[in-house]
Amino acid sequence: MRSPDVGRFAWGALRGYPTRTLLMLLAMAIGVAAVIVLTALGEGARRYVADQFSSLGTNLLIVIPGRAETGGATPGTLMGETPRDLTLDDAMALTRSYRVRRIAPMTLGAADAAYGRRQREVTVIGTSHELLALRRWTLARGRFLPDIDIDMASPVCVIGGKIRDELFGPRPALGAWLRLGERRFRVIGILGSEGRSIGVDVQETVMIPVASAQQLFNTPSLFRILVEARSREAIEPVRQFIIDTIRHRHQGEEDITVITQDAVLATFDRIFGALTYAVGGIAAISLFVAGILIMNVMLVAVSQRTAEIGLLKALGAAPRQILALFVSEALLLSLLGASAGLALGMAGSLLIRQLFPAFPAHTPAWATLAALLVSVLTGLLFSLLPARRAARLDPVLALSGR
Amino acid sequence: MAMIELQGVHRDFRVGEQTVHALDDINLTIRAGEYVSIMGPSGSGKSTLLNLIGLLDRATRGRYLLDGQDVTTLDDVAQAEVRNRRIGFVFQAFHLVPRLTAAQNIELPLILAGVPREQREPRVRRALEAMNLLERAHHKPDQLSGGQRQRVAIARATVNEPRVLLADEPTGNLDRKSGRDVIDILESLNRHGITLVVVTHDSDIGGRARRRLHMLDGRIETDHHPDGDRHA
Ligand SMILES: Nc1ncnc2c1ncn2[C@@H]1O[C@H](COP(=O)(O)OP(=O)(O)OP(=O)(O)O)[C@@H](O)[C@H]1O
Ligand SMILES: [Mg+2]
Repeated sequence: MRSPDVGRFAWGALRGYPTRTLLMLLAMAIGVAAVIVLTALGEGARRYVADQFSSLGTNLLIVIPGRAETGGATPGTLMGETPRDLTLDDAMALTRSYRVRRIAPMTLGAADAAYGRRQREVTVIGTSHELLALRRWTLARGRFLPDIDIDMASPVCVIGGKIRDELFGPRPALGAWLRLGERRFRVIGILGSEGRSIGVDVQETVMIPVASAQQLFNTPSLFRILVEARSREAIEPVRQFIIDTIRHRHQGEEDITVITQDAVLATFDRIFGALTYAVGGIAAISLFVAGILIMNVMLVAVSQRTAEIGLLKALGAAPRQILALFVSEALLLSLLGASAGLALGMAGSLLIRQLFPAFPAHTPAWATLAALLVSVLTGLLFSLLPARRAARLDPVLALSGR
Repeated sequence: MAMIELQGVHRDFRVGEQTVHALDDINLTIRAGEYVSIMGPSGSGKSTLLNLIGLLDRATRGRYLLDGQDVTTLDDVAQAEVRNRRIGFVFQAFHLVPRLTAAQNIELPLILAGVPREQREPRVRRALEAMNLLERAHHKPDQLSGGQRQRVAIARATVNEPRVLLADEPTGNLDRKSGRDVIDILESLNRHGITLVVVTHDSDIGGRARRRLHMLDGRIETDHHPDGDRHA
């Protein structure tokens, strides 16, 4: 028997029972579409997070006071000592490496902001001129904090768009004097960037020079220091440089934590990668279910078509040919179902991308391949049992309908 | 020249604890081109004998030579090939595949034999022509009369030009007129050289054969032979 004839015969058999064929196609298609769409969602989430992180700025290192280590305690914590504060001097010391492109110290606090009779609580970030470039932010109006020494206070501020809307309304904000606590700051710029920083919506912050913030909140300590390395390769040496420098300045205590953006990103990457595998696997179970359905329906088909099988044997079909016919039928079914599912799944992910443009729901190639492979393999596997039953039928009994 | 030669053939069926001797020491030689009818009461083993000759069933004991070749020892694949090339079957219930047209049903043995498509078409056409079914070529079985269906079945059985044609009650589901037509066709095939074995309950039909076997309890009781009667 020639393979095109096998295919034609199998196709004819499928068309001969349209209801059962359509049902099985549907089951297979839904399974494959589920894998495609769910992995697209997982992959979308992964890329979304990656995008968010890279919008933080590249080659970024974050210096946080205190030692965040799970293994073993440092002598300092054993002695019940609280970690030393990060200071502006520490921050300035970090500029003394050619591998460091720029740094931006940060303090954080809450204050009441008022303009005229309008008032609200805002998050105040004390930082420096460099933060704008470091975070790849843009300004909607005006300019960012002035390029002055970081230990210099200056009564100026840059406000987020939302603050502007809420405190100034239709009145011009640039050049106006904003009241923060007991002090007054002149608005010199309005942030245009979306995005979040350290969990705070940038649009709802007011930024002032770090020295001014330290006066405002009456504290010499920094919340953290952001450091940008000159290149990706420089990240590790810079990390070491930061640790060495601060330890030296803190009398040999290593009481800071340096987070590299890469490490954080890699962690998220792993989490979302695993998530994608997991949902892909869960969806693959539906393919398995479709396979079991195929097996069931094929078993019914074998008993329905007993006489036909007996006849084929009488006409000279060897057991292997009968096997090939039924397996081809199942394979054809899973291939058609998988193709339909592929189209359905791709349309689904396209729809998601259209509805949520920020969410890059692209099915990874491995998932597409795996879905097709699994559907074809289940079709093959689950048709083997019914096909073997057909191949082993006794032709005399099959023909007599006994 | 012996076409079919059965030597001491037994066929036992085990039904639970019991053993049914469906065929009990059959010795039979059918020469090429013979026309043989097999009659006998229900359960006497006629179908079992025919299925065995057609290699649909295996003997429990004994030897079967087809055209001089011992086919008892052939494996499944080789037996399937013998069925395909050398034997044609006609059944009481026609056994046409309902979703296939007359032409497609006739094409089946050629497809199973791996005959290329372009060679199949003229052969199917000739078979349809021989059965006077050309205008029914693209009809499905449920659009055909019983007589037409049996003619499609005969066309299918003969499209591979087998040497032996086996018919088990070929007229059993037909009215007298269609039954006569079918017998006429079978006999004309026999005149053209095919070895014909017909199992029937109808003594009119059975009586037309030159050689008539009568079976009883798995044995050949009488064997009316054109060259003088023999008793088995
Ligand atoms: N698969 C089987 N299992 C058990 N017994 C069987 C089987 N096939 C046939 N037999 C028995 O073998 C004997 C012969 O059966 P067979 O079908 O050859 O009879 P037959 O002469 O064709 O009868 P009929 O004229 O009714 O068709 C019967 O007793 C039958 O019950
Ligand atoms: Mg019978």
